[in-house]
Amino acid sequence: MAVNRVKQKSDKPLTHNSGRNDFALLLRQPLLLLTIISIFVLLFIFVILPIFNVFKMGATNKDGAFSLQPFVDILSNPSYRQTFYNSMKLGVIVACVATALGYLFAFSITRTEMPGKRFFRTIATIPIISPPFILSLSIIFLFGRQGLITRGLLGIKNFDVYGLRSLVVVQAISFFPVAFLTLSGILESIDDSVEDAARSMGASRWHTFRTVTLPLSVPGIISAMLLVFIQSLEDFSNPAVIAGDFSTLSVEAYRIITGMYDLHAGSMMAIILLLPTVAAFLLQKYFLRKKSFVTVSGKPTQKRRKIHEKHIVVPLFLGCLLVSAIILLFYGTVLVGAFVKTWGINYTFTLSHFKFVYSMGWDAMKNSIILATWAAPIGGLLGMAIAFLTVRKRFLGRRVMEVASMLTFAIPGTVLGIGYVGTFNQKPLLLTGTAFILVAAFTFRNMPVAIESGSTTLLQIDKSIEEASTISGAGSGHTFRRITLPLLREAFFSGLVYAFVRAMTAVSAIIFLVSPRWPLATSKIFSLFEASKYSDAAAYVMIMIVVILVAIGIINGLVKFFLRPRAKAPGREEVERAILAQGGECP
Amino acid sequence: MSTQVQSTPTKKANDLRRFSGKSSGVELRDITKIFPTPEGTGETIAVNHINLSVADGELVTLLGPSGCGKTTTLRMISGFEYPSAGQILIGGRDVANVPPNKRGISMVFQSYALFPHLSIWENIAYGLKVQRLPKDEVIARTDAVIKLMQLEGMERRFPNQLSGGQQQRVALARAVVIEPSVLLFDEPLSNLDAKLREHMRDELRSIQKRLGITSVYVTHDQSEAMAISDRVVIMKDGNLMQVGTPQEIYEYPNCKFVANFIGKANFISGRFQGLEGESAIVKFGDGMRYLIPNPGAMEGLRFGNPCCLAFRPESVKLTAEGEGIPGVVKRATYFGSKIEYEVDIGSTVLTVEIYNPQLSRRYQEGDSVKAVLDLDCVRVLPEEKLTIE
Ligand SMILES: Nc1ncnc2c1ncn2[C@@H]1O[C@H](COP(=O)(O)OP(=O)(O)OP(=O)(O)O)[C@@H](O)[C@H]1O
Ligand SMILES: [Mg+2]
Repeated sequence: MAVNRVKQKSDKPLTHNSGRNDFALLLRQPLLLLTIISIFVLLFIFVILPIFNVFKMGATNKDGAFSLQPFVDILSNPSYRQTFYNSMKLGVIVACVATALGYLFAFSITRTEMPGKRFFRTIATIPIISPPFILSLSIIFLFGRQGLITRGLLGIKNFDVYGLRSLVVVQAISFFPVAFLTLSGILESIDDSVEDAARSMGASRWHTFRTVTLPLSVPGIISAMLLVFIQSLEDFSNPAVIAGDFSTLSVEAYRIITGMYDLHAGSMMAIILLLPTVAAFLLQKYFLRKKSFVTVSGKPTQKRRKIHEKHIVVPLFLGCLLVSAIILLFYGTVLVGAFVKTWGINYTFTLSHFKFVYSMGWDAMKNSIILATWAAPIGGLLGMAIAFLTVRKRFLGRRVMEVASMLTFAIPGTVLGIGYVGTFNQKPLLLTGTAFILVAAFTFRNMPVAIESGSTTLLQIDKSIEEASTISGAGSGHTFRRITLPLLREAFFSGLVYAFVRAMTAVSAIIFLVSPRWPLATSKIFSLFEASKYSDAAAYVMIMIVVILVAIGIINGLVKFFLRPRAKAPGREEVERAILAQGGECP
Repeated sequence: MSTQVQSTPTKKANDLRRFSGKSSGVELRDITKIFPTPEGTGETIAVNHINLSVADGELVTLLGPSGCGKTTTLRMISGFEYPSAGQILIGGRDVANVPPNKRGISMVFQSYALFPHLSIWENIAYGLKVQRLPKDEVIARTDAVIKLMQLEGMERRFPNQLSGGQQQRVALARAVVIEPSVLLFDEPLSNLDAKLREHMRDELRSIQKRLGITSVYVTHDQSEAMAISDRVVIMKDGNLMQVGTPQEIYEYPNCKFVANFIGKANFISGRFQGLEGESAIVKFGDGMRYLIPNPGAMEGLRFGNPCCLAFRPESVKLTAEGEGIPGVVKRATYFGSKIEYEVDIGSTVLTVEIYNPQLSRRYQEGDSVKAVLDLDCVRVLPEEKLTIE
């Protein structure tokens, strides 16, 4: 009786020509087609081409001929080999530490009845939106030559704060939010009933954790570690100021290019940096490929009692509290540092640092704000559009778009910067020195986060909601504007905030691109740092934090204003008037 | 010139409207849909060479077990899927190159798919606003549909503030307000509880009749299909098994699958021995020959072919003595309005339903009985059948 439903490709197969039909239908939606083509062109120019050029520059000599000499040079140079080894070591250590912290927070927040969850959540998001250099600053304030702890409390003279240890601390705090977000997503999606089943069979909490929760969160742990590893390798600002003799790839590439004017060796360095990050990125995608998306079904699920036993919750709570205290200490230190006369020597209150910053002029800050204001909506909208297209539409090259647009997450800013320098310094794409190139760098570098959150949200939204819009007569553009985007408003908001903040705080991507015409805030901080004007840098960073917080508030207001649901309907009189105007009669 | 155009804005908008407001028929010509299997190892034939034409204003139901291709068929009509082969005509026009939003059709989704961020009023008015109709017309037409669906007073609510039945009505309102030429339903009632489902079913049918919109309705609930359809299409594994009015389908199923799928049926195997006038001659294993006066179409049956007699449980009576097929009661189940007996007649087990059991004699398990067929209600079906051409 069983009819063979799976027909093997036999002698006379009926070809499914839906691919061709997709294209035919696309042709009839010119706007959609145009959007797709434009996005491809943009991705090609601003992602593929620069990366290609990095490879090209790395594999050619000064005369433009193919040469692997830079590669051989780097391989045979023991100090460069050490640099590579350093970066890997740092990346692995930070990945472990940050993921452990992230797991502590994620587990305590999602799986237990711990008090103060909102507080801990907030703590875990601060490092994401904070300006660069801030943690480096405070580690210098705390443990440096004039450090409050090393010199002030312990009386150690000439303590060497620079090096691997400080980097691990600073990067672990900077990047543990990434691990936290990844892991809390995973832990939330683990069905409670699986744990309940284990519990009901008499397993202890610890046994349940070891045999059920932990194994189920392994993909999340691995993927969190890979993401942190990528971030650690990409990081430029922290190693640039507190690494000391501990050389890392991103900084070394910068030194080679700006110090030795060797774009080719610098590019090769960039390639050596790029390969591990891309590999880690692909691995991460592999580990999360089976991540099932929990749909918002709206079915009321039974509120289940989470872990509440004192002997478990109290240690977790104390652990989170300790980490939070350290983070607050770091940020508080910088705040104080901005207001004292001379750190380590004279702690009297002063506004002189702010006055100094003020005297430097506001051009750099203004530029940063302007560029971020451009980059955020462009990146946010483009991100949502790409998420919409790749999740909901079928077209040739969809996968290519997906990968290319997410790829920039795995491309260190240094590498992208080198690629942009190499790509846009000649006609027809002569953009070096313009604001445009900076906006492009921000947009494409920060878009993956918007795409990711957009895609995740979209996968949770019943597809038929958009189909209902289509069948009501709306084209893809209308559906996107009126239905998809409002439904994505949370993701859109976080995409906007992320894009804005990252544009304000970018260092590595713009270090090669800043020009005298467009000085930026972060490059100002960097130069203050290099001149050891730590308190002035702290003042500048504080101002930046204020700007960012205000901007987030404004973005929040705008997104709410434009995309918040409103219960709109015409009033009774309006309806009656309309009916009469249409020649009907009112009851 | 310009004043002339301005004087009839509504009319102009009407002319430009893709939704004609006029109902039109749908025709599927030799439609096939093949999906590559997710692993990419082979292909699934979701819909296999089906032909179907739905007349203007008619409500046709696609009915079949899960996975038989109903949704796929509907989605091809809507334009969300493209047939691998074949043609779809709406109002006589081939719509192969018409995207879903320009087909002039409308659809009610199983999950309702209401826009969660829009008020009920905006949900319903959505399609009209998309067409950029004049504001007054949008308001007036939306209001008319709100009244039709008895949704007054809910305009300002959001979908999650409505009950399931109300949400269902909003979904229907949103679909009909644009006056589509064809209305598609994908199991629109399956999320409702039994009572409400019956109520909404009748309401839906009366509105469809009132508006006269050509409708294709997908369900796997046979009583729903019987109750609302002008015609029912029975599908199985991507094939059309039978198309007909509910009465034809129930009384004259053309194959064992249909007979079994719609209601219950008993089958007794035999061999077809030709016709005698209108009646079919069927021979059984024991050599007995029966004359079936009203055998049905008997498509594809030739002399000597294996066949079977098919009859409904209510077409059988039981007696203790006299003529009939002898058997033993295996089970008796009391339902109130009827008693259902299972009677073992040796070659097979018959299901017999006796209605109004107060009036007839009751048998116990183990009793010997005779089954008497109402020969007028017996059909002759081929033993095997896969598709109709
Ligand atoms: N996008 C798809 N890719 C691959 N196979 C598909 C796809 N959509 C449907 N199918 C297959 O096509 C067949 C028909 O599916 P369809 O959804 O039309 O069934 P249905 O009759 O609506 O069933 P149900 O009553 O369960 O809704 C099934 O075997 C299904 O697995
Ligand atoms: Mg279905």
